[in-house]
Amino acid sequence: MELLSGADMIARFLKDEGVERIYGYPGGAALHIYDALFRQDSVQHILVRHEQAATHAADGYARASGKPGVVLVTSGPGATNAVTGIATAYMDSIPMVVLCGQVASHLIGEDAFQETDIVGVTRPIVKHSFSIKHPSEIPAVLKKAFYLASTGRPGPVVVDIPKDMTAPTERYEYVYPKKVKIRSYNPVTRGHSGQIKKAVDMMLKARRPVFYTGGGIVTGRASEALTDLVQRLGFPITTTLMGIGGYPQGDRQSLGWLGMHGSYEANMAMHHADLIVAIGARFDDRVTNNTSKFCPTAKIVHVDIDPSSISKTVRADVPIVGAAGSVINEMISLVQDREPASPEALEEWWKTIDGWRAEREGKLYEPSKPGEALKPQEVIEAVYRATRGEAFVTTDVGQHQMFAAQYYKFAKPNRFITSGGLGTMGFGFPAAMGVKLNFPQDDVVCFTGEGSFQMMMQELSTCKQFEVGVKIVNLNNQSLGMVRQWQDLNYKSRHAHSYMESLPDFAKLIEAYGFTALKVERHEELAPALERAFADTNELVFLDVYVDPFEHVYPMQVPLGSMRDMLLSKTERT
Amino acid sequence: MRHIISILLENEPGALSRVVGLFSQRNFNIETLNVAPTEEPSLSRLTVTTVGDDRVIEQITKHLNKLIDVVKLVDLTEGNHIERELMLVKVKALGASRDEVKRTADIFRAQIVDVTPSVYTVQITGDAGKLDAFVQAMAPIGILEVARTGVSGIARGDKLLSL
Ligand SMILES: Cc1ncc(C[n+]2csc(CCOP(=O)(O)OP(=O)(O)O)c2C)c(N)n1
Ligand SMILES: [Mg+2]
Repeated sequence: MELLSGADMIARFLKDEGVERIYGYPGGAALHIYDALFRQDSVQHILVRHEQAATHAADGYARASGKPGVVLVTSGPGATNAVTGIATAYMDSIPMVVLCGQVASHLIGEDAFQETDIVGVTRPIVKHSFSIKHPSEIPAVLKKAFYLASTGRPGPVVVDIPKDMTAPTERYEYVYPKKVKIRSYNPVTRGHSGQIKKAVDMMLKARRPVFYTGGGIVTGRASEALTDLVQRLGFPITTTLMGIGGYPQGDRQSLGWLGMHGSYEANMAMHHADLIVAIGARFDDRVTNNTSKFCPTAKIVHVDIDPSSISKTVRADVPIVGAAGSVINEMISLVQDREPASPEALEEWWKTIDGWRAEREGKLYEPSKPGEALKPQEVIEAVYRATRGEAFVTTDVGQHQMFAAQYYKFAKPNRFITSGGLGTMGFGFPAAMGVKLNFPQDDVVCFTGEGSFQMMMQELSTCKQFEVGVKIVNLNNQSLGMVRQWQDLNYKSRHAHSYMESLPDFAKLIEAYGFTALKVERHEELAPALERAFADTNELVFLDVYVDPFEHVYPMQVPLGSMRDMLLSKTERT
Repeated sequence: MRHIISILLENEPGALSRVVGLFSQRNFNIETLNVAPTEEPSLSRLTVTTVGDDRVIEQITKHLNKLIDVVKLVDLTEGNHIERELMLVKVKALGASRDEVKRTADIFRAQIVDVTPSVYTVQITGDAGKLDAFVQAMAPIGILEVARTGVSGIARGDKLLSL
């Protein structure tokens, strides 16, 4: 029998759970835990420079690996600084365990120094939370936290740990709990076979079918099965922003992603479809546009692991509650060698889709010429080529995010890492850090904007300490571009606070940390800069690319319209 | 439509706030809420009445079921059920109205459980409609204070809400 303090139990549990790295920042209420971490060497602690960055780094790791990210912060301000990152993970269903120090139990409720009711503060943005009531329950509670975070529809779990629970003098028996059971929590796995059969029959009879898949394919590790099913049937497929890479984007059947800034052909195909097979997607308002005009001629099959996602905004004709992978595999076994009822109708459908594709080909944006400022889109395309399409790509939020999603083509899941649901500026750089620390052999690129980067740029210091060689591509349009775009479109170009006056000299800033920065102002400077930037996978390089500040992101769905109502450029509209 | 949802909830600190928080967070409405321990010490039973169309009620039950502390729930209004609420009412009881209060209480099978020279305290149980009717009947006489428990309910017959 082994007696350990609560603090040592936490360190030991993390090791036994297979956690290699955690992200955090110390403070009074967490000091016993930090001392325990100091006295072991199985779990590496990455000291960030702001707790929000710890959550984003853990989140980036979780999105890239599929495993829960782990965060450790102190009570009060440490915990509240983590809130934005917890909300970010919650909105995108990312597995994360956040360990928060808390004031000692006897002080709780007394407005003690650095006391915050973090369980209360985070209640609407966690999958679940725990407060430790006795040191001996630490292993069991942590096991539950990891189990909840990473199963079913994943999400963040907060564990509140009063300081006296980790006191070095109080020791209790430690056994790693191999099993865990929560009587009220039994996430479904298999879908209802009758419903699946009904869905497959509809799929085979459909004349204008479209697959619409989301983050559930990525978190559910179902992209291989999905690819198999989609290719057997020969149907077009569009993914959500979160579902990017769930199906190889270079493939002919891929229409790209859909929604507000989705591709013309994806939105057109959705609008005209007679059957939509939605898997692991949640009919988010950035996808559907006006739900009352959404896909007027389509029947809807909706597969999701979370019953509350089904028929939440758009009514499903065939609801299927189940894990994406299992349901898709069952669909495959039902489809087998059966052919669609009308191959001619499908062929006709593809002709229509190819027509839409042809309409926009070569018209997406106007590339720059030598001597001119670059277009943000072509910078993404150039980075795509420089990394052979194989990099992990994280983004911040704004125009650059949409351009990255549109112009970097992903062949695999877990590679495009972006804050989709919450849209958190500041996410990209620390997320990239979290990825690079765990995938040191890979190129990790963060596409950011000068607005977003300044929200988390203190993490340069973390990168210096832990030698994190991420590539930061700052699409510098000297403005809060996405805000400015909305102001151009909806406020007669009254640019209320969307400009970025007094930008720092980013090159000097980066150099102050001992890193390399390259400034790119004209078309011809990009190629050599990229060559330099990607010469060494493990070197942090910052590319400050001055891009055309007047560019807009298109297509853009017209507010309150249907899927097909889009602005296609500053002068064209569907 | 009005629905009565009965929930078996883990008897854990904070569990109730998760349920209540869910309603405000997702803009669902709560008309009444009633919560107390059950025969099984690890569980409390919570009954909430709410109003919404089928789509809203479906979302409410799905989201409630998603809460880790919710062990089981039933929408009692989907089947035959018994609905009860208890109310204590203080009414002015002076002169002629003393008799009037007593008579009305008798008609409603309510009991007078406390008496002062100027005030009667009346206890009444029934479904929400009966309690509303009693309040209406007493209003002209002069209601001083009302305390209602909120609705509690249970399915008729063999149907159980248990582990
Ligand atoms: C934390 C946070 N605050 C505000 C916003 C609203 N917002 C969305 S995009 C954007 C502008 C981002 O500017 P920048 O990072 O320079 O990217 P750009 O659009 O110029 O590419 C803002 C302010 C947000 N998404 N997140
Ligand atoms: Mg910008």
